[in-house]
This record gives sequence, structure tokens and C-alpha cells, in this order.
Amino acid sequence: MSDSAREAALRVRSLRKTYKDVVAVDGLDLEVFRGECFGLLGPNGAGKTTTVEVCEGLTVPDSGEVEVLGMRWATDAATLRQRLGIQLQDTQLSEKLTVFETIRLFRSFFERGPAPDEVIALMQLEEKRKARVGSLSGGQKQRLALACALVGDPDFLFLDEPTTGLDPQARRQLWELIDRFKLEGRTILLTTHYMDEAERLCDRVAIVDHGKQIALGTPRELVASIGAEHLVEFAVDGAAATLELATLRGIEGVLEVQMDDGTVRMQVTELHRAVPALLDEFGRQGVPLTELRTHSATLEDVFVALTGRHLRDE
Amino acid sequence: MNETQPRQSPLAQLTLVRFLEFIREPEALFWVFVFPILLAAGLGLAFRNRPPEVLGIAAVTPELANCLRQEKLLDVRQMDEAAGEQALRTGKVALLVAPGPQGQVTYRYDDTNAEGRTARMLAEQAVERAAGRVDPVASRDVLLREPGSRYIDFLIPGLLGMNLMGSAIWGMGFTIVDARRKNLIKRLIATPMPRYTYLASFALSRIVLLAIEVVVLLGFGVLAFHVPVRGSFGAFAVLCLLGSFTFSALGLLTASRVRTIEAASGLMNLVMMPMWIVSGVFFSAQRFPDALQPVIKALPLTAAIDALRANMLQGATLAQVAPQMGILGAWMIVCFSLALKLFRWR
Repeated sequence: MSDSAREAALRVRSLRKTYKDVVAVDGLDLEVFRGECFGLLGPNGAGKTTTVEVCEGLTVPDSGEVEVLGMRWATDAATLRQRLGIQLQDTQLSEKLTVFETIRLFRSFFERGPAPDEVIALMQLEEKRKARVGSLSGGQKQRLALACALVGDPDFLFLDEPTTGLDPQARRQLWELIDRFKLEGRTILLTTHYMDEAERLCDRVAIVDHGKQIALGTPRELVASIGAEHLVEFAVDGAAATLELATLRGIEGVLEVQMDDGTVRMQVTELHRAVPALLDEFGRQGVPLTELRTHSATLEDVFVALTGRHLRDE
Repeated sequence: MNETQPRQSPLAQLTLVRFLEFIREPEALFWVFVFPILLAAGLGLAFRNRPPEVLGIAAVTPELANCLRQEKLLDVRQMDEAAGEQALRTGKVALLVAPGPQGQVTYRYDDTNAEGRTARMLAEQAVERAAGRVDPVASRDVLLREPGSRYIDFLIPGLLGMNLMGSAIWGMGFTIVDARRKNLIKRLIATPMPRYTYLASFALSRIVLLAIEVVVLLGFGVLAFHVPVRGSFGAFAVLCLLGSFTFSALGLLTASRVRTIEAASGLMNLVMMPMWIVSGVFFSAQRFPDALQPVIKALPLTAAIDALRANMLQGATLAQVAPQMGILGAWMIVCFSLALKLFRWR
């Protein structure tokens, strides 16, 4: 990316927000550059939604600074609202209105932007133009929510868990649409607890946990940061207790061995050396192997390596 | 997608949406339009003024029967003497008229029975007039069955007031709480929508629905029961608008913080139920003890109904219902100011 494009669209400094005695966001810093798709990745309850809603001017933080497109909510709210496209988590649009009526309503709030039918075409909702919102599938509802975020031709798009609860096909369709906004040069801040979504869509990702940022970088950098290219997981029924983990750690190319409830996870650099050595070791120790899986390291593994937990453990 | 098209008014769009949401809700249509009519029709029929009671009597000869039939309030059956006596004993007729000796007429009846005595007087009058009696003093009857003093005339303004309250509070309350529950209000304020337009759209759509709902109920009362509308139409419209806005403000206050439909529904019933009972919808509020009257008079539904009744039945001008309008106005201002302070936008 050239230096001129590295202008910040969003700056968040030492953001804190507490609800009663729960600390939702605990001193978070963020910088999102213009034109990039930035992902906030973390498990449910990590503080992603609170962070995004502070950036959207819907929640007032306890402390910290937020600057969106060079403006602040306290002084420039009216201008900012015209330039942001927002999709909230769990908004149910009125079920009795049609797709067209809903988009026309949202369009009326913005000074500039495309015609409702143009947005309908863009979101591939032409066939559902006259359908009531209540009759739409989950994927169609989500595309309608995106359409409502796009009616003001926004410079900055906030997408909070855009594909949560959708089936794989609907998720892929939505990803393709989001890809197109990226080509149009819009800045996107996206939250998700799906690592594949973050990997697929985001230029940079911040991993958050318990209201704090625990890692930041491109998906590739983050995966590389844990040093392991591959993961090997296996299960040994009942024999886990007798397994000599220390011996496994000695195998060439094995970086880390964790045992969790009868399943062993190993981070390895070279699969073709580690796996045969591992199988030999099972033969030597006489351990019955019931399951063996390997895969390339993902953001999920980064999260596990950093926190010892899975993204979807909650 | 940078093409810009002329912008529609957000207020017009929001109002249109309110209206569409309402007419696409069959239950709401029923409760607002059909239910008050069913109620008015049912109560109007149950408490209708019956025609004067007709008394059954028996006459023994065809000649007597014919001259008795001149009296409209008598239902005359001709039968022989034995059958007539049997009918008299069993109460099927109140009087038995038979010819006596030398052109006399015999009246048999139970003089402890009011119907019997009335029947005798009516029958005697008919017989004497048929025989040529001329009343020396001419008489004229004035019947008190004019529209305006019947139960249905009392009821229709009451139902109008109840409907103004119900549709404003329910319409406002359910829509707002449902939108809040679905995060829709939060989604709207995430756009540049001016917040006042959201609230104003309720007021505007209310005016449209109010017009329809008043015309339907009042039209029914006028066409089916000839309920009078003696006051000026302008004054009537002002009272309906004022009442509806007052109840909308009350509905807005009721819905200003609640997050669930259940809580909203309970709260709305809590607000409305006492007024349904004490504000004189179905029976006069005067029936409650004197000590309670100042409180009852200060309730918005009492004020609305009293003003509507005065307008429709006595032809009162706005000046004559100024106290009631003052009460409504005060409720409106207080509720609306409080609601704006308390309203939860997310």
C-alpha cells in the first residue's frame, strides 16, 4: 500500500467501557487506514460490538478517544452520520414492509446516494423487490441490512457480524458482495468470530479478547507469528495418561505440544518429517491411535496459541 | 453507484411506513375499526327503546272484537266465553270482554293486576267511542322518544373517546416497544434521520387514522341509530384531534422506556383500565361517590368523553367545553415533555 493511502479513517485510543461491573472494552487502541478492510476477530463477549458501537457514535465510552474520518462524535455527529454505512448485529427490520419500501425509507435519511433500485440490484434482491421482509431467508435479510447500510453511498462501512447464523452458501454470497465494496475503495470495519471470514475478507486483523487487543497484523503475518505452519491433532482413547509427551516434544520440527481432554495438539514446521516420526513413536509406546488430523495453521490456531482457548468456546 | 437521486422527505417516508405497517396488521384493523362498531351495535340493540307494550285481551263476539281493534294498544283475539275465561285465568289475556244483557258490556279482569286495569280502561274507551261518545276536551300526545336522550346517544361519544384512547396508546406503545425490542430504533438513529421526525411521524399517521376511525364509528351511529351531532363539525374535529394527541402523548410516555411487549402491554392496561371503568364510557361517571368526582373529572378520558358528549348531544361550543380542553391540554404537555426526557432511543 502506498504511503498516501495510509491515512487513518479511524483512530481509537485507550478506549474503555464498563457495563455495571463487566469491563467490555479495556484500554483498546485501533487504527484503520482508508480503503482497507479491517477485521476485529474475537470470541463472543470479547468487546467487539461495544467497540464498534462506540465508533458508530451509538455508545458513549467511559474514557478514550475516537476519531472517525478525521471527525469526532461530540462535534461532527450530523456530518459523520451522512458518511457512514452501518449494519448492526441483530437488527430486525420491519416485517410488514417490502424490500423496496424499507430501502426507500433508509434512502430518505441521506442527502446523497444511489436510487433504491440500484441498491436492490447491487444486493441481488431484484426478485424480492416486492416481497415482505418477513418472508425473506436469513441470507436475504442480511443482504437487505447491507443494502440499508449502502443507501447513503458511505465512505466508511461498519459491519457487525455480517454472516453470523447464515448457511455456508449465503455466507459465500455475502463475502462476494463485500469483496465488491472493497474494490470500490470504501473503508470497512468488520467484526466476526469466524476465522475463515477474517482470513478471506480482511487486509488486517486485530484479535481481541476480554476487551483488549492481543494481536494485530495481516492474516498471513498473524499465522506466521506463531511460528508453526501446520497443526497435528490426534486422539488416543484411554491411553492419554500413559502417553509420554516429553518424547513427542523431542520429535524433529515439533514446536509445541498441548493435551486437552484426551486430544493432543502439536504445532509443527515440517509435516513430512513430523508425522512419520509421530507414527513410529505410537508404535514404540504401543498406544492405539483413534484419530489423526493435520491442517495448515489458521487464525483460529493463532487465537488458541495466544489464549489457550478456541474462538467458539463460550 | 455514485449517482445521486433527489431525496424524499424522511418525515413523509416515516409516516407512510407507519401507515403501511398499520393497514398490514389485520388484528389492529379489527380492534380499531370493527370492534367499536360491534360493541356499539350490540349495546345499541340490547338497550334500544322498545315499542310500547301491547296488551292481549279476548272478545267473545266479532262485533266487540272489531270495535276493540280500533285501539292500537290492544291485541284482540276473538274466542268463546269458556275459552276466554280459561285464557284469563292462565294470564294469556289481561281482560275478557263479553256482551251482557240489554246491550251492556261486561269486563272481566283481575283488578290487582295493573295490566288488567289498563286493558279495561283502553277497552272501555274503545267501546264507548265506537258507540258514539265524543270527548269534550281535545287532547294531543307528545312522545319522548327523540334521538339524543337514548342510551345509544350516550354510548356513541363514550365509545368514540374510548377508541381515541385505545388506538392512540396501543398504536404508539406497541409500535415503539416492538421497534426498540428489535433494535430497529437503534438502527434508525444510526442513520442521519432527525430524531424528531420519528416521533412526528406517529402524530401525522395518527391524524390520518383518526379521521378514518372517527368517520367509521360516528357514521355507523348516525346511519344505524340516528345519533345526533348537534355541535359544529369544526369543534367536533378539534376535540377529536386534541383527545387523540393527548392520548398519543400518554402512549409515548407509557412506551418511553419499556423493552418488552409483555411489560408494555401490562403498563398500557394499567393506564387505561381505570379510565375505562370510571370515565363514563358505558355509564355516567356521576355514579361514583362524590369524593372521587374531582379525581375522575381530572382524568383525560373523562374530559374527552364529557366534551364529546356536550358537543354531540347538547351542541356545546368549544368555549363551553374549555375546562375539559384545558385538562386534555395539560395532560398532553406534561406527558409529552416527560416522554421526551425519558425516551430510550436504543
